[in-house]
Amino acid sequence: MVLVFAESPRGHLKKAAFEAVTYGKKVADLLGTSCTALTLGTVDQAAELGRYGASKVLNVADASFDQFDSQRFAAAIADVAKNNGAKVVIVSHTSTGKSIAGRLAVRLDAGLVSGVSGLPEVSGGQLTVKKTVFSGKAIAEYRITSPVSVLSLMGNAIKPDASGQSVAAENISTNAGSGRIRVKDVRTQEGRVPLPEAEIVVSAGRGMKDPSNWGIVEDLAETLGATTACSRPVADSDWRPHHEHVGQTGIAIRPNLYIAIGISGAIQHLAGVNNSKVIVVINKDPEAPFFKAADYGVVGDLFEVVPRLNEAFKKFKASN
Amino acid sequence: MKFLVCISQTPDTTAKISFSADGKEFNAAGVQFIMNPYDEWYALVRACELREALGGSVVALNVGPASNETTIRKALAIGADEAVRINAEPKSAAFVAKQIAEYARNEQFDAIFFGKETIDYNGSEVGAMVAEILDLPYISYASKLDLNGNAATFERDIEGGVEVLEADLPFVVSASKGMAEQRIPNMRGIMTARTKPLKVVEPVPFEEQVETVKFSLPPAKAGVKLVDPENMDELVRLLHEDAKVI
Ligand SMILES: Cc1cc2nc3c(=O)[nH]c(=O)nc-3n(C[C@H](O)[C@H](O)[C@H](O)COP(=O)(O)OP(=O)(O)OC[C@H]3O[C@@H](n4cnc5c(N)ncnc54)[C@H](O)[C@@H]3O)c2cc1C
Ligand SMILES: Nc1ncnc2c1ncn2[C@@H]1O[C@H](COP(=O)(O)O)[C@@H](O)[C@H]1O
Repeated sequence: MVLVFAESPRGHLKKAAFEAVTYGKKVADLLGTSCTALTLGTVDQAAELGRYGASKVLNVADASFDQFDSQRFAAAIADVAKNNGAKVVIVSHTSTGKSIAGRLAVRLDAGLVSGVSGLPEVSGGQLTVKKTVFSGKAIAEYRITSPVSVLSLMGNAIKPDASGQSVAAENISTNAGSGRIRVKDVRTQEGRVPLPEAEIVVSAGRGMKDPSNWGIVEDLAETLGATTACSRPVADSDWRPHHEHVGQTGIAIRPNLYIAIGISGAIQHLAGVNNSKVIVVINKDPEAPFFKAADYGVVGDLFEVVPRLNEAFKKFKASN
Repeated sequence: MKFLVCISQTPDTTAKISFSADGKEFNAAGVQFIMNPYDEWYALVRACELREALGGSVVALNVGPASNETTIRKALAIGADEAVRINAEPKSAAFVAKQIAEYARNEQFDAIFFGKETIDYNGSEVGAMVAEILDLPYISYASKLDLNGNAATFERDIEGGVEVLEADLPFVVSASKGMAEQRIPNMRGIMTARTKPLKVVEPVPFEEQVETVKFSLPPAKAGVKLVDPENMDELVRLLHEDAKVI
């Protein structure tokens, strides 16, 4: 059996959970077995996970899991994995999943590959999986030789597939011990897709000259339903909030579309964005290094090009 | 207070990455190595700041060969009081975690610091593994850490926000941007680093459960397609019809 831990932060299943279950179902098919999804704590619409491929949905409806503690979460998931004879355990490569994956590997005496980006190859029941390493500059392939495998799945690595049937969630209990972490507060930015989950990202750099110029970037993001990001110097000089900083020292993302506006494309910036599926670069300097990493380039003044691009997208949306 | 800071050595960000012809090994020839930025700028500096405020000692630990000692001395120059090198090639996260946990088991550390991830293998695995082996709480991606008596308060980065939490000592923490400000070692630090103790410990046996099959370079980009800045309708058309991302 393949066990997928489906995250439900603040009671809601997110895209990462649907991706993980879609992936888990495909791994189960490769192994000729079934996929079970597990949720911890309060969750609405757990039955939905059936549509993404889980033939069984388990929920530990214990409100103490509404606060995240990697120790208790790993204990609960490992307990369910052992009781159900799971051969593969999958979590999302998120702040939650990454904090649990290493613990699960120790608890289950399992080999771990974190941040996998594609389906495994299976031979003799063993999984061989790929992930990007060296901040996107290379790809590594690993074979897991232990009887149980733990994988964490990179965001946007697979498209959620909701073509299945929903399955009534089964309530179970686990033994996860008592927690040693007390969550005091969670502050989220409402109304936006968090950067690591965003499919379209509009990002701007020092070429913007002044924080008061960001209106054109916000407008473009609004039209596209995109999340905004920025280069490091922009965050360091407090032109933009720190959580928007992408790159080596900020967040690494892999959206379908990354639009870089007035960003030179330094290697440390590219390290966080070069796994994007399609990159568009807008820069007035034809020699900007970013053009080498781009799929589409516009050499021009961003203050003219960005509003023009926004109008073009609006026109496109109105006619589609 | 007694703090352990686990430091790794990684290729410099700007290093050109290449592999042996069979794709089995990283080609280290001509590559400049540095201390992993998260370990150096955030974890180590914050541990030193807390030691300066509260007293105690900071131990810097690296699992690696003798050639890593330049990096280890840098940790001493930044402010660690002593260092430990576990004498082995760091073959995998699980191997490294096992070595660190075995060393820390009997040392009564009040806190064990990690970076949020290494910039070479990008695993984010070792901290969680050490926490599990030692049965300790683990606070990952902490951008803020303060100690008050027997408890610690943290802020940790989560998708689209920040979580504020509290835990009792001892704990394991991984540091992300914001926990401290980078420190450039001064001349006095560099001089005293030479005389601070650096202990070498032999590794404990470990059985690998993950094999590296091979490394490869990503396929080269087809090359940029330039679009006339006057004609943004054309860019939209390309993104819709060719790239199919909108
Ligand atoms: C260890 C280390 C880690 C780092 N980590 C990161 C990281 O995580 N993320 C990150 O982003 N950086 C990081 N950096 C910094 C990085 O090296 C670059 O300095 C930074 O990315 C540059 O930001 P920028 O492109 O916004 O600014 P600049 O390099 O100043 O580029 C501005 C660009 O805007 C263009 N421009 C100007 N005016 C216009 C106009 N009117 N129209 C169109 N284009 C215009 C210019 O041609 C130029 O290419 C790191 C550096 C180091 C040393
Ligand atoms: N060889 C090593 N020696 C000591 N600490 C290490 C080593 N490798 C990794 N670490 C620590 O573990 C953290 C996470 O590494 P990783 O799981 O590889 O992303 C790093 O930021 C370091 O703090």
